[in-house]
Amino acid sequence: MSIDPVMLDLARDTLSWALFLVGGAAVVIGALGIVRFPDFYTRLHGVGVTDTAGAELMIFAMMLQAFSPEYENSWLIFSKLVFIAIFLGFTSPVSTHAVAHAAWMTGFRPMEGPDLRYDGDGK
Amino acid sequence: MGRILVMVAALSALWLLLSGYFDKPLLLAFGGGSVALATWLAHRARVLDAEGVPGGVIPGIFGYWIWLITEIGKANLIVAREALAVEPKLSPKLFLVPNPPRTAVGKVTFANSITMTPGTVTVDLREDEILVHGLTEDLADVESIRDMGERVARAERGG
Repeated sequence: MSIDPVMLDLARDTLSWALFLVGGAAVVIGALGIVRFPDFYTRLHGVGVTDTAGAELMIFAMMLQAFSPEYENSWLIFSKLVFIAIFLGFTSPVSTHAVAHAAWMTGFRPMEGPDLRYDGDGK
Repeated sequence: MGRILVMVAALSALWLLLSGYFDKPLLLAFGGGSVALATWLAHRARVLDAEGVPGGVIPGIFGYWIWLITEIGKANLIVAREALAVEPKLSPKLFLVPNPPRTAVGKVTFANSITMTPGTVTVDLREDEILVHGLTEDLADVESIRDMGERVARAERGG
């Protein structure tokens, strides 16, 4: 049984566009989180959504696009995207931690508890 | 010696996949030369150790990554819901979790995994504990983070 190339193209485009849209939505949601959350440390959690779901889903979408018939060396494009995904996975948490740790070391303490108060003196 | 071979193999694979030259002898020779130079410099700088070339985690780490991706997906949904909620029900708190991995690579993998999972950020690494900031009561779940640490410790032991 052979798969109709037109159908394959359609399936690939549909799936990759779905991933692009969800990834784009995740970036916007992460940005909304950064604006809406109350203090420095909670805002960092918004960055987490943008860094993981946003970036990685878009890269997955690009990986699917790499196999479009326009490109001759699909596997090379795919492997480069794999490298980007992996390196991003290693570096983005490090940068988030660097920011959080810098704030912690300078003595900046987070809001705590459901009523969001600055009362604890940390641990 | 084993680490040198792993380093050469990894750099060669990286060079080949990034360049895409598989049949141009001159360029391949330059690539081989640059791999040899980079390995020699790393050896000379004494960074070819368990921390620089963590070959020991290779067999176990892939299964852990797959598990981590599903966890990140679940946590993303929770944080996204809070970001979009009309009145976010946040309950941020700081808490300590044990850091069971023994090697430096394992400890860093665990700390990075906590930061990567939306809703928890590693604030401080201590001797055998990690200070974590959690966004809500659900996300600041010490038991599930402890479980993540056990998984890293199993992965670093090679399975």
